[in-house]
Parts: sequence; C-alpha cells; structure tokens
Amino acid sequence: MIFEVFRQDRKGQAFEHAGSVVAPDTEFAEAWAREQYGRRGESAALWLVPREAIHAVGDWADEFDLKYRRVDGYSIKARLKEARERASSGAG
Amino acid sequence: MAALEHSHDEQAFLAYVQGGGQVETTDWLPDEYRAKLIKFIEMHGNSELMGVLPEREWILRAPTLQRKLALTAKVQDEVGHAQLIYRVVEDLGKPREQCLADLVSGKAKFHNVFHYPTKTWGDVGVIAWLVDAAAIISQKALLKCSYAPYARIMKKICWEESFHILHGRDVILALVTGTREQFELVQEALVRWWPPLMQFHGNPIPKGDDPMFQWRIKSQGNEEARQQFLEGYVPQILELGLEIPDPKLRRNDEGVWEYGEPDWDELRQVVTGHGPKTEERLAFRRRFLEQERWVREVLAA
Repeated sequence: MIFEVFRQDRKGQAFEHAGSVVAPDTEFAEAWAREQYGRRGESAALWLVPREAIHAVGDWADEFDLKYRRVDGYSIKARLKEARERASSGAG
Repeated sequence: MAALEHSHDEQAFLAYVQGGGQVETTDWLPDEYRAKLIKFIEMHGNSELMGVLPEREWILRAPTLQRKLALTAKVQDEVGHAQLIYRVVEDLGKPREQCLADLVSGKAKFHNVFHYPTKTWGDVGVIAWLVDAAAIISQKALLKCSYAPYARIMKKICWEESFHILHGRDVILALVTGTREQFELVQEALVRWWPPLMQFHGNPIPKGDDPMFQWRIKSQGNEEARQQFLEGYVPQILELGLEIPDPKLRRNDEGVWEYGEPDWDELRQVVTGHGPKTEERLAFRRRFLEQERWVREVLAA
C-alpha cells in the first residue's frame, strides 16, 4: 500500500505534503514515516493517508463565470469617478 | 494545468515547465519527459545508495565513538534519501526492484565520486565536506525541479545534507589543527579528490543543449554549478593552508573561475562502470540485495 505523508512543522500549523511511503499496513507505514520524517524531531505530527483515500480536485474551468465571488470580479473605478463628479457638481 | 491535461500538447507542456510551472504525478506527462525524469532521478537514488559504501568502510575505523556514531547517522540519512527517491521513481512507473536490478547488473549509472577508494580518514573528511558540498549545489537547484513530488522530497534531503557538510568540515578542522601528519592526511586526500570533484558537475555543455535543463528537471547548467562550487569552497579550502592541485586555477577579473581542463575521458570511463572500485562495490550491493531478499518478500506478502 502507498501512504501519502503529510507533516506538521509546529503545533497549530497546517499539514503539508512531504512524500510517500510503501508499507503492507498502517503499523509499518508509521514505523517508516517516523524514521523518514521524524527522527530528528523535525515534525510535530504526521498524517498518513492511504493514497486511494484521496479524492483530488484539480480542474478549475471557470465555466459559470464565478468572478462575482472574487475581488477581481468588481471594477468600481469608473463608477466611483462618476459618483464623485455628480456629488461635486451639486446635482444631488 | 487543467488546460494542458486535456490538450496533451508537448509544446504547450514544454512552454509551461520552461515558464517555471510544476507538474504532479497525476498530470499528463509527455513520454520523453517521463523517461528523462526516471533516468535522472534513478541515477540520483543509485548515487545515494552507492554513496554510503565509501563511508560505511570507515565506521569501524573512525577515530572516536562520536565519529562512529556521526558516520552511522549519515549512512542512515543517505540510505533514507535513496528510499525517498526510489519512491518517486516508482510513482513514475519504474518499480524499485527493477531499479536495484539495473544498478547491480551495471546497467544503471551512479555518480563518479562513488567509484573511488577511500585511502585514509582524510578521504572521509574530504568526501563529507567537499563531495557533499558539490552534491548539495546540484540538489539545491532541484528544489525548483518541474516535477513537484521530486522537488518536495529535496527539501528534506537538502536539510539533512546541511548537517553532513558541517560534520565533514568538523572532521577536516580537527585534522588541520592537529599534528603535521594529520594535516598531511587532508592535503593528500585533497590531491586525490580534486580531479573527480572538478568532473562531478559534468562537462560544460551549454545548458540550452542539455535535455535535463530543457525540461527544467535541472534548473541550472553544469558549468554554473561548478562555478558556484569553486566560488563557495576554494576560499574555504585555501584559508586552511591547503593547496589545490591545479596550477591554472584562478578567479579572473570578471569573477569567473578558470581551471585546468578536467579529464572528461576519465569521467566517461568511471561512470560507465570502469572506476577503480566500481566492481567491488556493485558486488557488495549484489550480495546484500540477495541476502535481504527474504525481508522484502515477507513485507510484500
């Protein structure tokens, strides 16, 4: 079995993908991962995840135009300029 | 990468990696890229595994308990690197058993410096300091490798190599501050190791012609790496009162290091399996591969 190894540098930080180990079961995977990613105390914690348990999402086609969810979806410059001009010309 | 995955377009892929893009195991990879990756990464793994042998020979002969322990720890680190690296090769499609079989049969290559003997404790110091220094220059450049899983494991490898260089420097400093005989051990070892060190980064082909650079597997050219090594380490060697056995070695006015032409024939001979220790060390690996077969079989069962 292939286990993906995620390691945490210090408590409270996010886990980051570090590599993978091959082992017949979780117990062996833990022994391998401890040796590979923890023997100098460099990791606060490890996550071992069987590769087939990972569902990867990597396709971000923007088919539905989701720009309204992002800051780059809003261009206010021209409208702001117009609003300021109106206000200063006393039209309001 | 989404667009590339659908297009399977080699030119688009090349442009993507040359623009600094990185790819994952699950992305579509051109066949040639995959083949080059396997060749390069496998040789790196082989070098880690073969690189422990010259040092292993000295564990029992190391001068103090502290040095024996440090050397043992280093050997464990390097074998660990080989394991991490073969894992990456496996994910690219070449099983570890096949890598090991190709290594012991002499079909696969490993770095030139691991084909040479270690005559004295001075050699161990020079290997641990300067060979590791040359290696870490190549390895640091791999942190930017276009193949992201390889780049990620390089973080751990480079981190451990930094201990190794310090360990090597400590061995050297202990010797050069010791007796006249101890100083001479280092000087003689430096004379033996300088030619292989100058060959280590390979012949100075323009990086544009180097397929490993074109695919951005490597992020720098051979000569760039050698210049970096000379710039960083020549001053550190000279300040200890050691002499470098190359009368042509000098830093010119443009800050470029000039040196006597390394023996590229020797490099070719050595890496194709004709080094002074090649056969002996491969025989050692073969013996252990066979002897430990049952362990791998039990684990795989």
